[in-house]
Amino acid sequence: MGIRFILMVNKQGQTRLAQYYEWLTLEERRALEGEIVRKCLARTEQQCSFVEHRNYKIVYRRYASLFFLVGVDNDENELAILEFIHLLVETMDRHFGNVCELDIMFHLEKAHFMLEEMVMNGCIVETSKSNILSPIQLMEKMS
Amino acid sequence: MALSGMRGLSVFISDIRNCPNKEQERLRVDKELGNIRTRFKNEKGLSPYEKKKYVWKMLYIYMLGYDVDFGHMEAVSLISAPKYPEKQVGYIVTSCLLNENHDFLRLAINTVRNDIIGRNETFQCLALTMVGNIGGREFAESLAPDVQKLIISSSCRPLVRKKAALCLLRLYRKNPDVVNVDGWADRMAQLLDERDLGVLTSSMSLLVALVSNNHEAYWSCLPKCVKILERLARNQDVPQEYTYYGIPSPWLQVKTMRALQYFPTVEDPNTRRSLFEVLQRILMGTDVVKNVNKNNASHAVLFEALALVMHLDAEKEMMSQCIALLGKFIAVREPNIRYLGLENMTRMLMVTDVHDIIKRHQAQIITSLKDPDISIRRRALDLLYGMCDVSNAKDIVEELLQYLSTADFAMREELSLKAAILAEKFAPDLSWYVDVILQLIDKAGDFVSDDIWFRVVQFVTNNEDLQPYAAAKAREYLDKPAIHETMVKVSAYLLGEYSHLLARRPGCSPKEIFSIIHEKLPTVSMSTVAILLSTYAKILMHTQPADPELQNQIWAIFNKYESCIEVEIQQRAVEYFALSRKGAALMDILAEMPKFPERQSSLIKKAEDVEVDTAEQSAIKLRAQQQQTSTALVVADQSSANGTSPVNQLGLVKVPSMSSSVDHNSTDPGMAQPNGTLTKVDPQPQPPSPSPSPDLLGDLLGPLAIEGPPVDGESEQNVVSGLEGVAAVDAAAIVPVTVQTNAVEPIGNIAERFHALCLKDSGVLYEDPYVQIGIKAEWRGHHGRLVLFLGNKNTSPLVSVQALILPPSHLKMELSLVPETIPPRAQVQCPLEVMNLRPSRDVAVLDFSYKFNTNMVNVKLRLPAVLNKFLQPITVSAEEFFPQWRSLSGPPLKLQEVVRGVRPMPLLEMANLFNSCHLMVCPGLDPNPNNLVASTTFYSESTRAMLCLSRIETDPADRTQLRMTVASGDPTLTFELKEFIKEQLVSIPIAPRPPAPVPPTPSVAQPVPPAAPSNDPGAMLAGLL
Repeated sequence: MGIRFILMVNKQGQTRLAQYYEWLTLEERRALEGEIVRKCLARTEQQCSFVEHRNYKIVYRRYASLFFLVGVDNDENELAILEFIHLLVETMDRHFGNVCELDIMFHLEKAHFMLEEMVMNGCIVETSKSNILSPIQLMEKMS
Repeated sequence: MALSGMRGLSVFISDIRNCPNKEQERLRVDKELGNIRTRFKNEKGLSPYEKKKYVWKMLYIYMLGYDVDFGHMEAVSLISAPKYPEKQVGYIVTSCLLNENHDFLRLAINTVRNDIIGRNETFQCLALTMVGNIGGREFAESLAPDVQKLIISSSCRPLVRKKAALCLLRLYRKNPDVVNVDGWADRMAQLLDERDLGVLTSSMSLLVALVSNNHEAYWSCLPKCVKILERLARNQDVPQEYTYYGIPSPWLQVKTMRALQYFPTVEDPNTRRSLFEVLQRILMGTDVVKNVNKNNASHAVLFEALALVMHLDAEKEMMSQCIALLGKFIAVREPNIRYLGLENMTRMLMVTDVHDIIKRHQAQIITSLKDPDISIRRRALDLLYGMCDVSNAKDIVEELLQYLSTADFAMREELSLKAAILAEKFAPDLSWYVDVILQLIDKAGDFVSDDIWFRVVQFVTNNEDLQPYAAAKAREYLDKPAIHETMVKVSAYLLGEYSHLLARRPGCSPKEIFSIIHEKLPTVSMSTVAILLSTYAKILMHTQPADPELQNQIWAIFNKYESCIEVEIQQRAVEYFALSRKGAALMDILAEMPKFPERQSSLIKKAEDVEVDTAEQSAIKLRAQQQQTSTALVVADQSSANGTSPVNQLGLVKVPSMSSSVDHNSTDPGMAQPNGTLTKVDPQPQPPSPSPSPDLLGDLLGPLAIEGPPVDGESEQNVVSGLEGVAAVDAAAIVPVTVQTNAVEPIGNIAERFHALCLKDSGVLYEDPYVQIGIKAEWRGHHGRLVLFLGNKNTSPLVSVQALILPPSHLKMELSLVPETIPPRAQVQCPLEVMNLRPSRDVAVLDFSYKFNTNMVNVKLRLPAVLNKFLQPITVSAEEFFPQWRSLSGPPLKLQEVVRGVRPMPLLEMANLFNSCHLMVCPGLDPNPNNLVASTTFYSESTRAMLCLSRIETDPADRTQLRMTVASGDPTLTFELKEFIKEQLVSIPIAPRPPAPVPPTPSVAQPVPPAAPSNDPGAMLAGLL
């Protein structure tokens, strides 16, 4: 399947966006987010961007106060996912102009729209920023 | 900053953000949920805009971790809205909130289908995405043909087709029996001719799924994949939008190479040549550049190319080129590349036989075992394990042993298991194997499972040459001042069997052996005492003619244990005493252990089980299974892979002469081997109970207890249950509550401070020359608010301050922002919100660090958010107490236990102790003045407020034991509270021993005769009640 979930979590460990591509109950999500946050946020800049957790891996990247954490299968190409995170951030940048935590908080729906254009069922659908953003732009024109 | 005009949503998000604590947040969320619920009730009055707004709020609340158990219908109904904005919300929120089996989804199938086959392509996209994310069986049944049509439809634009491809992928993966993909090979091939890179990206994922299932059918797609790869690698006709930092869609390149790995080979020479050209170009042409993103992207492609080369197993030139690259990678500074280098080397071992080339990098890999990053250390361990063979086993195992003493707890168990397996598989000689296992026990006894020491005993028993050596080694370890209990077990066992072989050596007379073993007895648990008694019996047996002094000593011990509460020990003591009076006849009775039947190492089996657990049907593993290589954990057939004779291999050790008498005696090879004694014994004790126990435990512990049942099943459980408290506390000791090797020494005793704070609500948690951490706590119901006071005692600022809470699963904890710098002589306050979800005695840990000069100081401190903080004392009258007490009848709601080793204290002191733990002693309820009855209310989210009752019956004649009964309406609560009270009663403040200040350990159950129930005051009250 590839990508199992995408989380955006701030420095304090608060979830700002969560998108799962496999069904987990609320309890399981809470537990998983807690464990992952505990594991990843404590790591230093000198450590690698991959953390093995249960039977999958987390590829993560930090941007200022925000952590992007992506859970992937063990055999996924880690660097490709790492750069996919960056592509997501660049796409958000293009839309919001230097995206920050607040943008994602207050425009959760837009963040979801973008993600939805980029990942589907755990697979990458689109990597062209203009293609990703066109539905949002269309909608903004409409309203 | 209203978004799409949804002001209410922005306001709500702001409100949540401004909540000072979790409790406020919950209140705000509850209020909002109430509001939404009311609005949804009169749905008629809701405009689509309002509906949309509320549904987003629901998603937001759900993301925060609160259950949203209503409003799903409203979300689903938005799917049928005529306008795009509402419809879009409906689709997205539905796919986030609902799982594929939700009933409401069924209601939407028709609408979804209409959207998919309709003309509006934005609607098509929304519908396809939702089905692609959560579509279940019914969707597959009714939509698959439509979706398939869309993928190849020439009238469809790429934006629809790429989504249709992934939608089909989901439907096919979930229900391969419903979705018919016969004949899809041609369509797939056609699809790969597509120019649009978005469509290709999704189609490639679909292809991977189809090919992994049946590669035969998709041969025609192979050359097309190579074409795509060529196009990308040469950057032909790649739009700028798909170029990432100068690299043509790295993701599509990676996916395409992944798809190629599912084909076993590339047969067509032209295709093969083209592919290898591309791969060669990637392998040679990837340079390290300054830009991180470009570097990562190009290396993502490079690592995938490496995987493909490994798979195609090409000419050996390219393979050695790969290893050279990987060898370079594992030594670079960039941690990501180092990690991936190690990971891919391990994969390489799985698919081809490249041991010899990889071995050249052994030194570097061993260095990585000490990397500061645990992710990298794990990869290094895996690789070392995989590359080990007879030639380097000694070096690798010795490295692992050395690393064991400093490894983190998280890795020790795996590390010791792996070291034990390697030692067994590749031992150049058996004495080395014995050395390794004994070192393993010595260095990491807590992490050495029983099967590891059982296994070494089997080998020693089966190899006569080894016996004197093993016995001498065991004797050496006993001289060490503090040895692990497992070491006591294994040495006692070995010396009992074979110490007579050492008799002439200095310090090895029976008397000396006995006394050095006997020194350990006061510190060991019951299961070990059982082994020691057998050892004594064996020593006596080997001492012929008898040494009267030794005999008397040992007899005295047997006598002492004849009244032991543990039935197993008691029986051994009685029987050994009786037997050892038989003089020389003892020789025949307590003969040496016969050889064990050969069997597969249970360790290897264990490791294999783990492998199966995590096995995934990935390309690399499938391939590995086909090739079955030298790293597979099968003992047999190692010789061919390693080019050595199997004689050295422990797994193949032959039993030289299984004496025929043994064969006659034992019909069941799995059964505990009889010692040939059963018939000769004076049938004074109970009749022999044959014990078909094929497990190792039976092998080792059973046969020595001559007639008794082996230590398994019941008696073992007794041992365990009697020590439960100890085990729990021991386990807690592993929790990192230690002060790591820091440059600064704490002031005062951390453990004592913690214990004091468990009973009061403010005080100092930790102090050292630079910082002081104080705590003030308030508790209300299942909520608590702790304030951490971080004080800088210095005249210079404290920097890199970090505080991290590691909560146990039953506590929800939220720490407010901790500033990175604390100004000189200043104190900052950091509130910490606590919520108790369920009863548990686990403890939260504060991971606190700061920098002083160049030293990083890090301490891990237990936080006093313990069980009794969620208790509220309550006085109950007799009228309230008795009906409750009676209605909670028996386990699991009411538990009773006789507790021994209680710290002796006057009744008044005990009552004070209870009161200080918030267990309110209710005088007068129990007519017996020696008893205490206490009541309290426990608060947690799962139990709400729950009344707990407890009763302690003490024995004025023996203050070290008492009987305790605890009752509540929740089984977990009852158990946890009972254990908690027990911890309070038996705790003995012991000096913390370095490096780990161990929490108070209840004294191990002393051999006390069982309490006489006859005039037990409790029994009288029980009758009364």
